[in-house]
Amino acid sequence: MNRTDNHILKCRCGSQRKRMPAELLRSGIVLLIVALVITACHVKEKRYNEQVLPAEIMTSEQAEEFAVEAPPLTEGIFPCSECHSELEPNPTRRELDWHEEVTSIFDHDKENRWCLDCHDLINRDSLRLASGKLLGFDESYKLCGQCHGEKLRDWRVGVHGKRIGQWNGQKHYLLCVHCHNPHAPKFEPMTPEPPPLPQKMSN
Amino acid sequence: MKEDKSRRSFLKNMALAAGSAIALSGCDMKALDHFLQKNFRTLSKAEVDEIITSLQLEYKNKYGKDFTVSAKPATDGILFGYALDLSRCIGCRKCVYACVEENNQSRGPQIHWIQVLQMEKEKGIDFADSDVHYNPEKVPEEGHFYLPVQCQQCRNPQCTTVCPVKATWQEPDGIVVVDYNWCIGCRYCMAACPYGARHFNWAEPSVPEDEMNTNVHYLGNRPRMKGVVEKCTFCIQRVREGRYPACVEVCPVGARKFGNLLDPESEIRYILENKRVLVLKQELNTQPKFYYFFGV
Repeated sequence: MNRTDNHILKCRCGSQRKRMPAELLRSGIVLLIVALVITACHVKEKRYNEQVLPAEIMTSEQAEEFAVEAPPLTEGIFPCSECHSELEPNPTRRELDWHEEVTSIFDHDKENRWCLDCHDLINRDSLRLASGKLLGFDESYKLCGQCHGEKLRDWRVGVHGKRIGQWNGQKHYLLCVHCHNPHAPKFEPMTPEPPPLPQKMSN
Repeated sequence: MKEDKSRRSFLKNMALAAGSAIALSGCDMKALDHFLQKNFRTLSKAEVDEIITSLQLEYKNKYGKDFTVSAKPATDGILFGYALDLSRCIGCRKCVYACVEENNQSRGPQIHWIQVLQMEKEKGIDFADSDVHYNPEKVPEEGHFYLPVQCQQCRNPQCTTVCPVKATWQEPDGIVVVDYNWCIGCRYCMAACPYGARHFNWAEPSVPEDEMNTNVHYLGNRPRMKGVVEKCTFCIQRVREGRYPACVEVCPVGARKFGNLLDPESEIRYILENKRVLVLKQELNTQPKFYYFFGV
């Protein structure tokens, strides 16, 4: 670090002509590194998309970080590939004439988002991060955390969301989708339990 | 016949009368034992064990079920704290009834350890204008927020200092408890509590047999009797075993948080250090260990 600083200092003291080659060299190296990183990312993303079989769903090394069990999906709907493997994948954003159970209630930034922002086009049995990384349904909190980063942070430390079990031992963390419908995440109003009876001295 | 009216003979006759009354009425000696029992805090380990065995037998006879009565003491290095997210609570009252069931509260006359107060957002926290009997079709109601109140487990509890017989005290883990056998029902503690968190058994409490929770703690949810005061104990029977209180586990919006205030890694400590936190009636210097916070 010091050496570089000294070098810059020297260059600044020196003439214009003397500074040029060093600067060019530095810029060249930076450009090369950026190009390499971009290429690497693209290669990686492509690899995720090539995975088709559910058995190969990418799970992060930290999958065991939270002992969570995904809530049951609508009966008869999973695996999605059962139907979708026979359908031609269509990435065009459009009004669906199928999946009415979702389209009728869908209210999750409806203006800007649709199915394939969270579900993968090719591998129907997994979710998909914006990076292209595939994700199992048991790790859906990572998908939610892409946009709701602050909530994910609070959830990790136990402030947002619900935990059951042991306060000083094994906890069961509920996933975002245990409480929020991912297609319409706003909480539905609830019927309250009965109010307390008016207090009486004799009863 | 000359009547003997000396003080000595009067006392002698009284003693005889009392003795024969007990013998004749076939008075339950167990009840007498309970009546003469010492304050819980002065009992030896052996005496506690004996009392617990006899209680389990008594409950078995009375309710036809096997009870587990615990007298598990506090663990060192633990100070229980509670936090409730005011920005999440929707006023559904699920906590109220989970608490009733877990802690064997009387269904009639009705006792609720948790009161959920409905307040107007425009007015803020205003007890004088709050409503505990709200009953709309659906909650939350527009323009309102909800503030559940239960025992605040004060570090400086006034209820314990006013008790004339020391039947209520703060445990080393911070839970304020009542020895129901020692309580004389004077209700001074209820007058002293600024949160209305203590409740009196005006009649013999009634709990449906099939709804009786048989996992009880001596200082917590064991069946109470007529004429004693009771209160929230953070579910002492659960938390001393490491479990979350019943209200925490039932809350459908995850507004209730619980943990050890002495553990810097606990979720309760994170909330205290990172969120906007308040306590009720701070000006009274009761120093509650029950915190309200805004999670958003």
